[in-house]
Amino acid sequence: MTTTDTADLMDYDEVMARFDPVLGLEVHVELHTNTKMFCGCPTAFGAEPNTQVCPTCLGLPGSLPVVNGKGVESAIRIGLALNCEIAQWCRFARKNYFYPDQPKNFQTSQYDEPIAFNGHLDVVLEDGEVFRVEIERAHMEEDTGKSLHVGGATGRIHGADYSLLDYNRAGVPLIEIVTKPVVGAGERAPEIAKAYVGALRDLLRALDVSDVRMDQGSLRCDANVSLMPKGASVFGTRTETKNVNSLRSVERAVRYEMRRHAAILVDGGEIIQETRHFDEATGTTSAGRRKETAEDYRYFPEPDLVPVAPSREWVEQLRTTLPELPWERRKRVQQEWNLSDLELRDLVSAGALDLIASTVDAGAPADEARSWWVSYLAQQANSRGVELDALPITPAQLARVIALIAEGALTNKLARQVVDGVLAGEGEPDEVVAARGLKVVSDDSALIAAVDEALAAQPDVAEKIRGGKVQAAGAVVGAVMKATKGQADAKRVRELVLERCQ
Amino acid sequence: MSELTRLTAAELAAKIHSRETTAVAVAQAHLEQIAATDTDVHAFLHVDTEGALAAAAAVDAALDAGQAPASPLAGVPLALKDVFTTKGVPTTCGSKILQGWIPPYDATVTRRLREAGIVILGKTNMDEFAMGSSTENSAYGPTRNPWDLHRIPGGSGGGSSAALAAFQAPLSIGTDTGGSIRQPGAVTGTVGVKPTYGGVSRYGLVAFSSSLDQGGPCARTVLDAALLHEIIGGYDPLDSTSINAPVPPVVAAAREGARADLTGVRVGVVPEFRGEGYQPGVVGAFETAVEQLRALGAEIVEIPCPNFTYALPAYYLIAPSEASSNLARFDAMRYGLRVDDDGARSAEEVMSLTREAGFGPEVKRRIMIGTYALSSGYYDAYYGSAQKVRTLITRDFESAFQQVDVLVSPTTPTTAFKIGERVDDPMAMYLADLCTIPANLAGNAAMSVPCGLAEEDGLPVGLQIMAPALADDRMYRVAAAYEAARGGPLMDSAPRLEPVR
Repeated sequence: MTTTDTADLMDYDEVMARFDPVLGLEVHVELHTNTKMFCGCPTAFGAEPNTQVCPTCLGLPGSLPVVNGKGVESAIRIGLALNCEIAQWCRFARKNYFYPDQPKNFQTSQYDEPIAFNGHLDVVLEDGEVFRVEIERAHMEEDTGKSLHVGGATGRIHGADYSLLDYNRAGVPLIEIVTKPVVGAGERAPEIAKAYVGALRDLLRALDVSDVRMDQGSLRCDANVSLMPKGASVFGTRTETKNVNSLRSVERAVRYEMRRHAAILVDGGEIIQETRHFDEATGTTSAGRRKETAEDYRYFPEPDLVPVAPSREWVEQLRTTLPELPWERRKRVQQEWNLSDLELRDLVSAGALDLIASTVDAGAPADEARSWWVSYLAQQANSRGVELDALPITPAQLARVIALIAEGALTNKLARQVVDGVLAGEGEPDEVVAARGLKVVSDDSALIAAVDEALAAQPDVAEKIRGGKVQAAGAVVGAVMKATKGQADAKRVRELVLERCQ
Repeated sequence: MSELTRLTAAELAAKIHSRETTAVAVAQAHLEQIAATDTDVHAFLHVDTEGALAAAAAVDAALDAGQAPASPLAGVPLALKDVFTTKGVPTTCGSKILQGWIPPYDATVTRRLREAGIVILGKTNMDEFAMGSSTENSAYGPTRNPWDLHRIPGGSGGGSSAALAAFQAPLSIGTDTGGSIRQPGAVTGTVGVKPTYGGVSRYGLVAFSSSLDQGGPCARTVLDAALLHEIIGGYDPLDSTSINAPVPPVVAAAREGARADLTGVRVGVVPEFRGEGYQPGVVGAFETAVEQLRALGAEIVEIPCPNFTYALPAYYLIAPSEASSNLARFDAMRYGLRVDDDGARSAEEVMSLTREAGFGPEVKRRIMIGTYALSSGYYDAYYGSAQKVRTLITRDFESAFQQVDVLVSPTTPTTAFKIGERVDDPMAMYLADLCTIPANLAGNAAMSVPCGLAEEDGLPVGLQIMAPALADDRMYRVAAAYEAARGGPLMDSAPRLEPVR
């Protein structure tokens, strides 16, 4: 079934002249705890299918869940960072629905007793304006397995020949963060949606609770959009757009749905309450599951688990572990590095600022850190077509490379090769140095042997140097550098050439 | 019948540990008894001859090597209800939908039995997914009561109790969600204990109703049940609802009780559990038992528990609600039965057809009741109200246990009924659990101990003793005293089954 929308779209300015948008953003965050939410299986991304499973996350008869304390801790820290109240007492609940990637045919989630509720996140827009997004709740749940639909045109379940199931992801801890209806966003709604998810991502990264990789699904956003006529107060029918896998897509999906809704509404049509599927390639959405008959999940308190009752002492102790918030850090960094607003904004929009700051936190000088991220690594990201933070090198790894340069163990040229090695997945910087044999040759005896050999090969040049023509040394230095494949320190080589010719 | 099968678990353990006999000889004697009688009784769904003999041989080898017994019951055989997972041994829960499933892991109870050197003879028959009071709901045919083969052995754990009454095993394990250990115990003249909820791990117990299910020991004597209780009980980090506290000293309590002195013990009689629907012979045996308790020195008081009468309807909302969710996982996708998967049908259709074919009528009935009770718009009226009743029943118990040490009642209103008698009348069937359900709803401890035979039909009657949560030892003391005063285990006077040739 292809439902490639050739939907009519209204011009955006006209949309804004006639309608007010209402947004609702549901963000699912996969925590990067070592183990799953209710069993001891590992959570690493990308393992062979069905190798990270046990009776509990496969939902085998008789198996039982046990709550991952680290998951609860992460949920509370997220709640606190979002200015939420933390429940004194709350329970898990079963959300019952049949689906093959759901091993128990119910999801262990939370219903009317979320761990965190009533918060807000202040989102800084590109022009510096601050928009407050109210948070309804943040609750704990488990992820489902993954279905891979084989055959058919779309890779979706309709029309597939068969489906494969991978339960590695089943039971991975998720926190679902739900906003209250976002009203008053006006024409900036798409931008606010993107900025909100971006701010949330930066916050979660600073909390160090998740990989927050939208491309790998560890941060997923469902965007609910509805329109109401300008000045109205009753919300329109909403659609929920899924598969929004990048910040840019959040903005595009919201804008697309606003324009699509508006075109339908002015035509006298009705919006169908349904899920929509965002297509990155075309930037359009297509119809998914209809939600007009609201599904009855038959929620009830999970009888296999005991209530979660975080003590106030624990909550307060966790509050002290909250890191400097990303926007606060930005303010501080701007002052410390003496950046203009424009420079700061460039670094932020390039996604470099937090990476630079983290590299500095890991011990690198600010100038060096900045230069690596905005030049060499920015080029690498560009040529790979990924965002800077998706490069497989961490600020700590880069800081180590910079330290090796400072120690004199690497030249700038060698350092780039080490970074290439890290990016190629060859391991930590020191492992790449060892494996690729990239260390600067600083052992004088090895260099002296190379110098003597070069002098012997060019006796006439050696004679000139002995005769006082010091500038002739360059040819010998070049030969040594060539012989050592550039791993020698040229300055030292020159000193040795002159020494050996005395 | 080998005389080894007439012995208690404690006696068998003594003989095995002193090397007067071997665990293998004891296992063999019981396997022979199963072979001789189970065509009639049908207590077992699966007899693990090879596994049992290997386990027995391992116990013998360890003892011969001079090692101390792994537990007080090392070498003693046991029949395990087919609702506990057993690695490498089929586990069906009496359902077609799990036919052929071989679990890849042991339940905690199974593991503890194995580690204690207890010899698991096989898996016992049960009402499908433990839903029933007669074992007639097993997809593999009913179990028969060794006292009268035309009658039911109770349920859901009819197989575990019948195995004891047929001398096929001296010990068995059951599970009790609304009476499935105690009611079969009562109608087969055996001892059945539902420990405090959380006292025995539910990890690997295939769930019927998670907030009510509780595994427990079954035996022919109170002491044997206590010995088994201490082996399977205790905290399990794999079960979040498991209680992190020491097992109550039930063996010491059973030995103390055997001295037949209950001076100073206050016993409450629940007046709600008599009258209409109660068989006169059951009431007679119960009243005689109460007089015997008084004669042992106990103080007898009547303790009204008015909310107990709402227990049955509340139970039939809570248990099916949880079951409707617990049984959702049987969907043909990962294990067990799969029907009509012709490559053209969708996963949803195969799920639906498999569930239609794999579940029996009682299971379907309860899934539908539970699905309805949890539906939006009905939740508060049904599931919500039932939870309130549950709270009221808990308060009745709390108030009662401020006045008395234990409560007593008949375990079940009638003796064993005839096979087929109630199959078409679910309400009549549900009444079998009238007296046992309150303890499941409140989570406190309760047990059934044989209290003689009903005058009109000569069939066993059970005395239910209920104790506060984590005071399981109190009821063992009373039960052991009563057992001694009544004249020893009732099964000593049971009819012997003729071996089938």
